[in-house]
Amino acid sequence: MNDGLRRGLASVVRFLVPAACVWCGLGWPAEAVTPGETIAAAARKVVKVYGAGGIRGLEAYQSGVLVAPDGQVVTVASTVLDADDIDCVLDDGRRFRATLRGIDPRRELAVLKLDGEDLPAFVLDESPPLDVGSRVFALSNLFGVAVGDERVSAQHGVIAALVPLAARRGAYEAPFRGDVYVLDCTTNNPGSPGGALIDRQGRLVGLLGKELRSSASGVWLNYAIPVAELARAHRDIMAGEAMAPPPADAAAAMIDPLVLGLVLVPDLLDKTPPFVESTLPDSAAARAGLLPDDLVVAVNGLAVSSRSAVRQALAVVAEGDPVRVTVIRGGAIVDCDLGARPAGVRR
Amino acid sequence: MSIEPRHLRRRRGRFVARAAGVAVAAIGAAAVAARADDAPETTARGGAVAGEVLAAERQRIDVIARAARTALAIFAGEAGGGSGVLISADGYALTNFHVVQPAGVAMKCGLSDGSVEDAVLVGLDPTGDVALVKVVGRDELPFAELADSDEVEVGDFCFAAGNPFLLATDLRPSISAGIVSGVHRYQFPAGTILEYADCIQVDAAINPGNSGGGLFDARGRLIGVNGRASFEKRGRVNVGVGYAISANQLRNFLGFLKGGRLVDHATLGATVGSDADGRVVVSDILESSDAWRRGLRYDDEIVAVAGRAVRTVNALKNVLGTLPAGWRVPLVFRRAGRPQQIIVRLAALHRPAELARIVAAQDQEQKPGPPQDPEKNPEPAADQPTPPLPEKVRNLHEARPGFTNHHFNLLERERVAERIAMSAPWAAVEGAWVVRGRLGTGAPFRIVLSAERGLIDLPTGTTEVDATGELDADPGPPGSGGLLAALLLWRRLLVEGPARLGRTSYWGTQPRDPRSLGDAATTELVDVLEASASAVEARFAMGPDGVVIGIELWPAPDVDPCDVRFEPHPGRPSGMPGVIEVRHGDRLFGTFHVEEITFEPAASGPPGGAS
Repeated sequence: MNDGLRRGLASVVRFLVPAACVWCGLGWPAEAVTPGETIAAAARKVVKVYGAGGIRGLEAYQSGVLVAPDGQVVTVASTVLDADDIDCVLDDGRRFRATLRGIDPRRELAVLKLDGEDLPAFVLDESPPLDVGSRVFALSNLFGVAVGDERVSAQHGVIAALVPLAARRGAYEAPFRGDVYVLDCTTNNPGSPGGALIDRQGRLVGLLGKELRSSASGVWLNYAIPVAELARAHRDIMAGEAMAPPPADAAAAMIDPLVLGLVLVPDLLDKTPPFVESTLPDSAAARAGLLPDDLVVAVNGLAVSSRSAVRQALAVVAEGDPVRVTVIRGGAIVDCDLGARPAGVRR
Repeated sequence: MSIEPRHLRRRRGRFVARAAGVAVAAIGAAAVAARADDAPETTARGGAVAGEVLAAERQRIDVIARAARTALAIFAGEAGGGSGVLISADGYALTNFHVVQPAGVAMKCGLSDGSVEDAVLVGLDPTGDVALVKVVGRDELPFAELADSDEVEVGDFCFAAGNPFLLATDLRPSISAGIVSGVHRYQFPAGTILEYADCIQVDAAINPGNSGGGLFDARGRLIGVNGRASFEKRGRVNVGVGYAISANQLRNFLGFLKGGRLVDHATLGATVGSDADGRVVVSDILESSDAWRRGLRYDDEIVAVAGRAVRTVNALKNVLGTLPAGWRVPLVFRRAGRPQQIIVRLAALHRPAELARIVAAQDQEQKPGPPQDPEKNPEPAADQPTPPLPEKVRNLHEARPGFTNHHFNLLERERVAERIAMSAPWAAVEGAWVVRGRLGTGAPFRIVLSAERGLIDLPTGTTEVDATGELDADPGPPGSGGLLAALLLWRRLLVEGPARLGRTSYWGTQPRDPRSLGDAATTELVDVLEASASAVEARFAMGPDGVVIGIELWPAPDVDPCDVRFEPHPGRPSGMPGVIEVRHGDRLFGTFHVEEITFEPAASGPPGGAS
């Protein structure tokens, strides 16, 4: 095909597409599997999550997706999970008590575990991201309208962009800096976070993100975290779970960050925030680019809130395993790889 | 959210091709694997594809254009307005209670053809947030047909036609499209009214002003009336969560609304809760309720109501919220593991005065007037001058307690009266009717009905009553609950017409057979006339041909009625029964197999004679 013809056709297609892609998606004649069937099958893998909240504009409910038949649920890390009793209700009305397996503070994701078996579950694969313009469905328990065996709500939309969440620095404050799907679909509603974004084949392609509002314009952002990122978070959290818990005599096992060349502020309080004081010259910490006044928030994905927690977290990293320190620097989250953990001096 | 130009440049080419591929897959023009980064090039080249895309688009445009013609823009003066949808060629239109409420009895409606017409309020269902209005002076209007909304599924295409933000200054409705997000949703009432039960949730944009407008399916059939949306902290604009009152609920109430009534919703007379196992069980029950008389008790597990399974408290509220007060519905409950089915009459959710007060209270709330001095005007509502009705509407409205617009009740009563008169020309005989036959047991019976007296001769004894005055008590026979009174009223209805029965009004519609409820396709709704004289109250159900198919007669309030059902006889003129089945409470009083009906000339002395 010559270039002129190609250009001509392309312009025709470009002209038709906005109407065609929106409308044909909605007319759906003659598809082997109807959108209704796709949604019904996928909705069985979405759970309604109930936990803490119900006051001051914080909902006590959100959504989650089943990712393993034994009841592993990926959802967003939020105040809803800050409860002794977290309940998940399946599409068929079955109610399960859930335990929190772990949190990925950087991606603001969490893994819950239900005591189930043979549950319907999405496949968490690290498939390449969908293209902009792809049509998707969002399934979530928005506004908590579905209770018991009532099916979560379905919305339709289009992937409008795949951009870093921080593309407008400062406008949307979120710790996650990776690429997210921006959706042409009003998914950013109470209860929606943790819901499933699926493609037309019913495959999980993303997780609806937490409520996020632009500080500049007041606009609520409709976005989803791509499935590959979910898969990584899930793997990290489950791996953290597999790690040996800190020994009873935790102090004895603590490893001094100094072996990595990391000097933290003096430990003066019960919970001294782990700010970086300095780095030793030519150390792993210096090479990784850690700077004074960085605030350490995670070690290998494990959230840390104090100096002693940093030492504890380092203690469970096996000798020779890579160490990644996540810090907040000037409002942004920065990952620093410090290389393999040396055989440290334990104090 | 800005998109970095780099992204845009890199992706634009693929976006176009890819989107075309998806579009093609969706309309099924070719067996294209929709995933794929493989297909777009080839499909973008195929010239035939564009034709099919255009054809599909053309079809959608036609469907939407057809539906848009049925849309109304309703103007309620300074208080705002909303939308409506025409459901008959002579101008009946559905909308929301909260849309017409500020307007009162008369309002202006904009039609999509660009004309503005007067409309009059016909019926109100404040609990369900539904109103019926009639556009005056038009009889060839395009209208939408109510679909079976139980067939609507999540994922179905749908669109709303209405007047969001009152933008339709040219009176042509705005269209917003989306998918059905959820079905059988329950939205709690605001106070005791505006309950959205069993409603359809959509992600089509539903904004203020869309209220009262139609929600349509891909074929342009009316599946609901939009009226509510979730907003919360997002402000009063669409966030992709709108709710429509289902067409099936609207159909259930339509007869009552056409009868100009102030319609009430239903209650079981019992409250329910979830027990530890998640079962829905009766937690309290009124002993004056029909449910109690039919045998429902504390701790009974409710399994199904009106043909719908009940697994959650929400599900029960969903079913009840779609049903009018006074309907009889099947109810399945389980006690000690054993399921039982009963037919229960639903009670009214509000007292009539309560309902009227709610409407009046809303009225004041939504009509902020100049500040009143409470000393001078203790009852400001009564003192406010009512603006005169437009001339076109003036003769189409009559206020009466219990009614929204009694004028329309008279119209419906007249319509039914004509049908009754046509259905039984033989009944214009003024003399005594003598009905002879055998009971189910084989024993003979004789019934004599005339303007002067009534008589039933049974093996167990003879019952006779003077029929010249008003029937003010149950004349028997004992155990029937008032059979003789019911049959005398039946004769009077057929001979003299509804106007002579006492206080007679058009009641509404009810299912011909309550057991068919739950399947809108097979549930036939029939007209019901209501007549009351002294303490006696009766309801007559008519088939579409005007033949009386059943009578329920209450000799006193809050007791079981005498339930009479007429089965036709193929060999007799229409409306002349072959079998008369009589029930009272849970008991079959008798099955009367009619062998012969004879008419004795009037004023020829006492007809029949005691045997």
